[in-house]
Amino acid sequence: MNKWTLRGWQLALLIAVFVLWHLLTAPGLLPPFLFSDDRQAAFFFGEPLKIFARIWAWFVTNADIYQHLGVTLLETVLAFGIGTVLGLACGLWLALSPLAAAICDPYIKALNSMPRVILAPIFAVWFGLGVASKVALGVTLVFFIVFFNVYQGVKEVSPVVLANARMLGANQRQLLRHVYLPSATSWVFSSLHTSVGLAFVGAVVGEYLGSARGVGYLILQAEGSFDINTVMAGILVLTVFALLLDAVVGRVEKRLMKWQPGTSENEKV
Amino acid sequence: MHRGGMSALSLEAVSCTFVSRDDTAQRYTAVRDVTLSVGAGEFVSVVGPTGCGKSTLLNMAAGLLQPSTGQVKVFGEPLTGINKRAGYMFQAESLMPWRTALGNVMAGLEFRGVADARAQAEEWLKRVGLGGFGDRYPHQLSGGMRKRVSLAQTLVLDPGIILMDEPFSALDVQTRQLMENEVLALWAAKKKAVLFITHDLDEAIAMSDRVVCLSAGPASHPIGEFRIDLDRPRDVAEVRATPRFVELHQAIWQVLRDEVLKGYQQQLAA
Repeated sequence: MNKWTLRGWQLALLIAVFVLWHLLTAPGLLPPFLFSDDRQAAFFFGEPLKIFARIWAWFVTNADIYQHLGVTLLETVLAFGIGTVLGLACGLWLALSPLAAAICDPYIKALNSMPRVILAPIFAVWFGLGVASKVALGVTLVFFIVFFNVYQGVKEVSPVVLANARMLGANQRQLLRHVYLPSATSWVFSSLHTSVGLAFVGAVVGEYLGSARGVGYLILQAEGSFDINTVMAGILVLTVFALLLDAVVGRVEKRLMKWQPGTSENEKV
Repeated sequence: MHRGGMSALSLEAVSCTFVSRDDTAQRYTAVRDVTLSVGAGEFVSVVGPTGCGKSTLLNMAAGLLQPSTGQVKVFGEPLTGINKRAGYMFQAESLMPWRTALGNVMAGLEFRGVADARAQAEEWLKRVGLGGFGDRYPHQLSGGMRKRVSLAQTLVLDPGIILMDEPFSALDVQTRQLMENEVLALWAAKKKAVLFITHDLDEAIAMSDRVVCLSAGPASHPIGEFRIDLDRPRDVAEVRATPRFVELHQAIWQVLRDEVLKGYQQQLAA
């Protein structure tokens, strides 16, 4: 199957899902078989046409979603950036100093196994209801993913490549810059899709738990008034942007990781 | 045996004992009391059965490993830390996969802060026949090409001593002979001291001025030394057919055979 036929089928599947959704929820279209009242299906599951109308209003007629979307994306990018840098730094440091790693080991395990979403209320108290508390939550999610990958990456640097670099005259700093860091980066990139996703989760969950702006806030507001169509519209918008972020990461990865065998093959699916 | 002046590299009664990390009572002496020297411009091969500590010997010469006793001297100076006068060609893949072929060849010069690193690296890539492959990454090159890059990476630094640890063992026979001839040609032009480790006696005789046989491990040590008086320049494929080569081969094999069998028995028992 060539690329365009494949895309065609994927699109057809999407349309089919929405058509089915519409048929099952639009009041009066099908005789009710699950709910006693034919409005109930629409109440619980929303109606695709109204959802699209909502999205249209957000983006075009009212154009009032941009500030919310902007806030959510800003939180995502900040959480991702800060979490990655911190994870990279700590991962490199601990991997290169076994003593520190041995001392910190149980605490890192504890922090990692803790359900960190529960920190959101504390961050709200510390950093307020603005952007900072969401970024903090996202950072705690991203940090560990990157940290463990970098740690692993440094531990698994090929001893031969390392010995070779030393024989070529690399000093400790040059080893860090030219051997450990590139090796760790490849591991970071393998975790990038996960960590961008988690940064996004951190931002939205943070907003959902308490905020004045952001897509998570919109969803929370709509839910408060049982406006299921708006909730669904928010979810769709978030999904599309999550996909876009993932595509951007894929692009960056392809550019930076071209030295790695088979990254292009891994891009399939 | 004639050795003019100071030797480029000399191992003086070196031993190397590894201690198990879990149980310090468990010790393994890889090499014991090895004295070996390589004159300036001399090509010396060390042959021995598998697991006889050949690589240990080379790592000590490179300064990657400290001898437990004895010492290593480089151009008369006792060695501490990494041997900066030596280039090392490893048996396994040693190129940095995130650097292009050119980047890899440049690496050593970059670490040293040489200004015209790129020009020199390009020059050496051409010399090993990879002029047009500078922008390829290691995974895009064949095994033979990667070895050439490694060779260029080592030689671009113009080391006084070249250490080679079975550099061609992973290559097919044809590529291997080509590489051996190339190495001989490059060596003939510059006359570096070479310490070449191999398990392939043919290769050792075809390339060297001198072949040193090691006993089977543990605690392996030299058990024989042969001067290879074949004419140079040599072609590694053709030289194998000469009567003198066959004679030398037989003589060295006499010494080596028992050790190879011993090493094999030990591996079976382990």
